[in-house]
Amino acid sequence: MEKTLIKLENISFGYNSFPVLKNINFELKFGEKVGLIGPNGSGKTTFLYIIMGFLKPVSGKVFIFGRERKKDKDFLEVRQKLGLLFQDSDSQLFCPTVKEDIAFGPLNLGKSRNEAKEIVKNIAKVFNIEHLLDRPIYKLSGGEKKIVALATVFAMNPVCYLLDEPSSGLDEDTRNKLIKFLKNHVKTCLIVSHDRKFLKETVNKIYILKNKKVSLYQVF
Amino acid sequence: MHLEVFAEGNSFFHSLDPRVKILVFIPFAILCAISKGIIIPLLYFMLSLIFILIAKPNLKVFLNRLAGANFFILFIWIFIPLSYKSNPYISLGFLKLSYKGLEYALSITLKCNAIIFATIALLSTSTIFSLAHAMLHLKFPSKLVTIFFLFYRYITVMHEEYIKIKRAVLARGFKPGTNLHTYRTYAYIVGALLIKSFERSEEIYKAMLARGFKGFFPLFEHFKLKKLDVAFAIFANFIVISIYLLGIYK
Repeated sequence: MEKTLIKLENISFGYNSFPVLKNINFELKFGEKVGLIGPNGSGKTTFLYIIMGFLKPVSGKVFIFGRERKKDKDFLEVRQKLGLLFQDSDSQLFCPTVKEDIAFGPLNLGKSRNEAKEIVKNIAKVFNIEHLLDRPIYKLSGGEKKIVALATVFAMNPVCYLLDEPSSGLDEDTRNKLIKFLKNHVKTCLIVSHDRKFLKETVNKIYILKNKKVSLYQVF
Repeated sequence: MHLEVFAEGNSFFHSLDPRVKILVFIPFAILCAISKGIIIPLLYFMLSLIFILIAKPNLKVFLNRLAGANFFILFIWIFIPLSYKSNPYISLGFLKLSYKGLEYALSITLKCNAIIFATIALLSTSTIFSLAHAMLHLKFPSKLVTIFFLFYRYITVMHEEYIKIKRAVLARGFKPGTNLHTYRTYAYIVGALLIKSFERSEEIYKAMLARGFKGFFPLFEHFKLKKLDVAFAIFANFIVISIYLLGIYK
């Protein structure tokens, strides 16, 4: 039987009494690959932030790994096991060098320095960014930042990937590599994107977030 | 970060012309600050209290701001009565509290709070943007206004950057502890905050240049002076100055 990983029950959320999400119900099971589309400003990022506990819903319940999550403390486990890629890579990276940024996640998971180094090496090979490892973050180009941001998420080897527009700003080669990686190594993910082709290759079904509601849009 | 909480609302002060509010605020602040004794500052305090009652700010936020400012005044109450050299005094064991010092501390407290009240009632009820515009209309040096406006603008930018970094750190399961990893992470956060804010400001500056920025903000909206604005300016300034004169010729 498939187990439920993320379950949102009647979630409503608004910014300063400006409603964004209204009584949303959503479920993501282990092994499911799901895409989320929706017009600009429909609340897709807000949706991810609620799952990660950065925003607290006005009403409704968040269940992750079968437990209700309310306080920041409950979300620590969630944050360690879910990998969130921010829409803006500048939001993701904050360490002085690429190397340290990639190692940050694994170190938080309790890996030793040597293990973290090993992970950095492997991830760099997968994403072909070995030449970037010692570079300071702020000297990277926009596309490079995106790849490094992806690498920092994949380095944590999360149970589930929450990716906010992973394909934007990537060149053809890197994009294909990402698709291949998502196909072969990723079991569970939720991808927010406007890129239908990308979604078609990486997910099994697509939900749409529109008019404050989430509904099933397409099953492949 | 939401700094302009008081600017939302629809009291009398919210509808006043910001230029008029500045013209009332400046004499008030200066005359209140240079007034002496207890009575005159008390009158100013009462006047500012009336302003607050008219402006009707959000009570919780208002008290919160007051608490922040009065925390510093607390130190004045500790140091001045103990260190002021004068007779007579109250002795509490080995401590000597000067009457004159207590009076002085009370005077400072009244003046401070009067000016804070007036700032909140008069200035905070306008958005920073309209205040900056009002300052330009009143022929304040445009460089000064630009600095004032950008300074405010960048407090928000830095705070936004801080929230982003905090999220990035939390998103990857960071849990603070007593170890090198934690301290290093905090140092990185501060470092990243500086670099990112700097970068962001450069970007914004470029964006401004790309749209023909020449060192000052052009005026787009113009204020309209109503009769009520003029009446308030004259009436309020009359009271503010009368209170001061009362202090001199008493």
